[in-house]
Amino acid sequence: MVTEIAKTENNYQAAFRAVRASSPTVPWLELVRGSAMERFEQLGFPAVHNEEWKYTNLAPLAKQEFVPATRPAGVVIDAERFVFPETATAHLVVVNGFFSEELSVKTGLENVIAIDLLSAVADARYNKVARSYLARNAGYHNNGLSALNTAFLQSGVFLWIPRNVKVETPIQVTFLADAGRADSAAFPRLLVVAEENSSATLIENFVSTHDQQYFTNAVAEIVIKDGARLEHYRMQRESSKAFHTSITSAELGRNSSYDTTSINLGGRLSRHDISVVLDHEGAECWVDGLYLAGSDQHTDTHSVIDHQQPHCNSHQLYKGILDGNARAVFNGKIFVREGAQKTDAMQTNKNLLLSPQARVDTKPQLEIYADDVKCAHGAAVGQLDQEELFYLQARGINPELGRSLLTYGFAEEVIEKIKIDSIRAQLDEVVLRQLNTQLE
Amino acid sequence: MLEIRNLHAAINGNEILKGINLTVKKGEIHAIMGPNGSGKSTLAKVLAGHPQYEVTAGEVIYEGKNLLELAPDERAREGVFMAFQYPIEIPGVSNAQFLRLAYNEKRKHLGEEELDPLEFKDLLKERAKVVEMDASFMTRSVNEGFSGGEKKRNEILQMAVLEPKLAVLDETDSGLDIDALRVVAGGVNQLLTPDNAIIVVTHYQRLLNYIVPDYVHVLAGGRIAREGGKELALELESKGYDWITNPNVAGSANLNAAS
Ligand SMILES: Nc1ncnc2c1ncn2[C@@H]1O[C@H](COP(=O)(O)OP(=O)(O)OP(=O)(O)O)[C@@H](O)[C@H]1O
Ligand SMILES: [Mg+2]
Repeated sequence: MVTEIAKTENNYQAAFRAVRASSPTVPWLELVRGSAMERFEQLGFPAVHNEEWKYTNLAPLAKQEFVPATRPAGVVIDAERFVFPETATAHLVVVNGFFSEELSVKTGLENVIAIDLLSAVADARYNKVARSYLARNAGYHNNGLSALNTAFLQSGVFLWIPRNVKVETPIQVTFLADAGRADSAAFPRLLVVAEENSSATLIENFVSTHDQQYFTNAVAEIVIKDGARLEHYRMQRESSKAFHTSITSAELGRNSSYDTTSINLGGRLSRHDISVVLDHEGAECWVDGLYLAGSDQHTDTHSVIDHQQPHCNSHQLYKGILDGNARAVFNGKIFVREGAQKTDAMQTNKNLLLSPQARVDTKPQLEIYADDVKCAHGAAVGQLDQEELFYLQARGINPELGRSLLTYGFAEEVIEKIKIDSIRAQLDEVVLRQLNTQLE
Repeated sequence: MLEIRNLHAAINGNEILKGINLTVKKGEIHAIMGPNGSGKSTLAKVLAGHPQYEVTAGEVIYEGKNLLELAPDERAREGVFMAFQYPIEIPGVSNAQFLRLAYNEKRKHLGEEELDPLEFKDLLKERAKVVEMDASFMTRSVNEGFSGGEKKRNEILQMAVLEPKLAVLDETDSGLDIDALRVVAGGVNQLLTPDNAIIVVTHYQRLLNYIVPDYVHVLAGGRIAREGGKELALELESKGYDWITNPNVAGSANLNAAS
């Protein structure tokens, strides 16, 4: 096993050297990439003896010889079908990790900088901001996956919302896995900087054009400055054979607000690490999510909400629906650091098991080092309620339809919060797929 | 319409119904009364097909069919309706969605066209008038956060939408305030036709002032201990149950209905 992992690393090393030789980025980034590659060589993929990876075994991913994708040359892709209508004038498309100017539409984004991350690092107008925040929150020193993503950082999206700008149109970033070849690896990267008192809505959409095996290793860094607001949706609809690992790290300024909902649907194995650092007073966040997994799917969410300063609120609701022999992991840590008084933190994880073979390992954790705080957390794992099912049946609804309806009702607590109609509709459809009726 | 013969039913191995006989014809209103724990809700749930109850003997013929052979949802689509003593909350599913699905399931069963959400909205608005139910309840999750009385009213709204042939109303009056009782009972009366029938389970005469029964049955210890006309309810109101359950011991409180 060890030798196999080493072999795969060699695979990435070879690709790394090839990129460096053929298309070097800019000197600053080459330094970062080089050091990240070194770090990946030392760390490798996280292994199950690591407490944070106890229930998610990446050995099948490490074993596979994925080939890092290169910048696609003039490919014709119908990316439009992945665009939520609300974002028709503001969608950015990233193919196999590489930003595509041709496939993107930016007419609704006059007041916003939305460009290739590589250009941002190179361009004198943006490089100060880009360089100060890139690889800052999603550091690569302790995390092999982040290191690997950073080592292959050659493109991605830089989204800069200037001070006081309120962006009305939701902005969508579609991360597309395209069938250039099977077994390809992509390293999508997103850096969002929302300046003081700005506000925006961001939709990340992970999708694929094919159903082959591939590997997406994504990193999103989000900086929300004082008084700024960001509403953030993250849809993960990778193919059923895909490996998907992803990191979202957000830092919140004074009196800022971050409202994020992560929907995890696809992938044979998916892992999402989300961390929110509240390191200025008065910040508030909602970190919600829904994971749906069926047979042969494994989905893992690790969340860290870090209250470092007083008077911050965090709310978390994650729900999971598991069918067949699906496996899910939810691990939610809330830290309340010394001095973070008047913290209000609330965390809930609820799971619905639709089959006796499905399993979830849930672990909400609170670590509190301040005394004047309000914190609560809880986790639940259950099946469909037989009395509810009977109630529906007693009104003429057949058991199969009843089960779908109750499952839909369970998910709705997360879905109904979503303010983008077409996302809600898409989710209702996914949840109600077996249900041969439209509800609204 | 309904014939119950020597019905015995048990839950978790405890026999609760010990030989019920009851015949209900079209156009009739039957009241079932009886002490707490005597098996009234058990009878209602057995008729609705609750899976936890096991029928150990007897039969139930409904419209010429063996009712006990039908699944609960089939019974409902065939026109059997039970208003729950304790209605269930269904989080995340709106009242309107739920009612439309239930309504359409029945339409499909009858070979009729399903109604789309817009068409159904009109129908629902019409039916809601029967129980004077505010439109705001339609977008809320089924029974979630409803007060006790609101849940009961919602049961009768469902009855108004589904138009059952046989409705079993299990203590629909309990939890309703005086005005609500009048409205809901009035609604039930509006729904009564010469072709359907109603069984009301209640503890109180005041409901029977509005929904006047043709027959009153007193259930005690899992059997029908007494039957009569609407006067029987009045008699119970003044005398209690002791004279029926324990006729030899006048004034005895030694009531052991479930044994
Ligand atoms: N799961 C169970 N296991 C054992 N006994 C049960 C169970 N469920 C109900 N019972 C018993 O069955 C009996 C009949 O209950 P039922 O609910 O039918 O009474 P009821 O006549 O409707 O009473 P009430 O007037 O209080 O509504 C009661 O004694 C009750 O305790
Ligand atoms: Mg009862």
